[in-house]
Amino acid sequence: MGNMIKVGMADLKVCKCPDALTTLGLGSCVGVALYDPVTKISGLLHCMLPDSTQIRNNSNLAKFADTGIDELIRQMAALGANKNRLVAKIAGGAQMFAMTTTNDSLRVGERNAEAAKKKLKEYNIRLLAEDCGLNYGRTVEFYSETGDYVIKSVGKPVKTI
Amino acid sequence: MSKIDLEKLEDSQFDVLKEIGNIGAGNATTALATMLNIKVDMSVPNVALLPFDNISSFIGSEEQTVVGILLEIQGDIDGMMMFLFDMKSAHHLVNSLMMRDVHQDENGMADFSEMEMSALNEIGNIVSGSYLSALSGLTGMKMVSSVPALSIDMLGALLSVPAIEFGKYGDKLLMIQSEFGEDDFVTGYFLLIPELESYDKILTSLGM
Repeated sequence: MGNMIKVGMADLKVCKCPDALTTLGLGSCVGVALYDPVTKISGLLHCMLPDSTQIRNNSNLAKFADTGIDELIRQMAALGANKNRLVAKIAGGAQMFAMTTTNDSLRVGERNAEAAKKKLKEYNIRLLAEDCGLNYGRTVEFYSETGDYVIKSVGKPVKTI
Repeated sequence: MSKIDLEKLEDSQFDVLKEIGNIGAGNATTALATMLNIKVDMSVPNVALLPFDNISSFIGSEEQTVVGILLEIQGDIDGMMMFLFDMKSAHHLVNSLMMRDVHQDENGMADFSEMEMSALNEIGNIVSGSYLSALSGLTGMKMVSSVPALSIDMLGALLSVPAIEFGKYGDKLLMIQSEFGEDDFVTGYFLLIPELESYDKILTSLGM
């Protein structure tokens, strides 16, 4: 078992086998894990917003689903991953508070997950599994050794996708 | 041009925002103490500018389970208000409100019944009402809060909701935070999180 590398909010990290990647307390944010099954090079993105083109201040690439996935693929390729082999698993995008609201920002979880899937499709990256939506937070761990994406939530059994 | 720059806040701006926290949270604390008939202390408010990767640090860890009550604010000022309690404090508050034996059992993590959740929401409603009316009186601006929504989950996941709002402006979350407590039984936080434009309005209304 290698090191557990922590990915913060609006952050991304890549690693080689046998290291693992984790991000704690995903709420409406989405955790996008990419994986090259041959080299076992892995990457994890914790993005907060769906679309960088809607926002003026978009210098932090990892904040957005679109530019975050671009950057994640770039860094993984630099480490030796083959872009054509990449597969994806995503989790998060919850709606933490049940608001009867018109405020778009509270439905951002759903939009984050959609934006991530759209971007993956553009790259022809296969989405192997997802655990998105609903109303609870998730802590995720991605193991480069096995490609397992482990999801932990409060008061729920641990899930592996 | 926005008066507030998330990268360089002036000391005088910090002071004014702190004073808002002082007046708002002071009123809210009094309301809480009166409603529950307990003595509630309040710390000096803090204007917190938190980078996203360290957002939970003022309370604890991202994975800590807490009770969060969120209200949306609309009117002259837009934004959110959030209360956070740890599980033990939330049980204690509910027990005080429902006039039950204040008995701290070992099982502080027990689930809340529907009745207890509704009681917690009501606490949020009354306390935020007094916070906002104090703020409204001070600034002369109108603010209305939404019906509260409650969530019991990981701290990081709850704080991601206001953080995402601020993600549109930069990589930091700015909020006015006050801690309150009753001896060893209750520790909780009031967070007032106006949108960035609303900070400007608040400062202007106070002659900044």
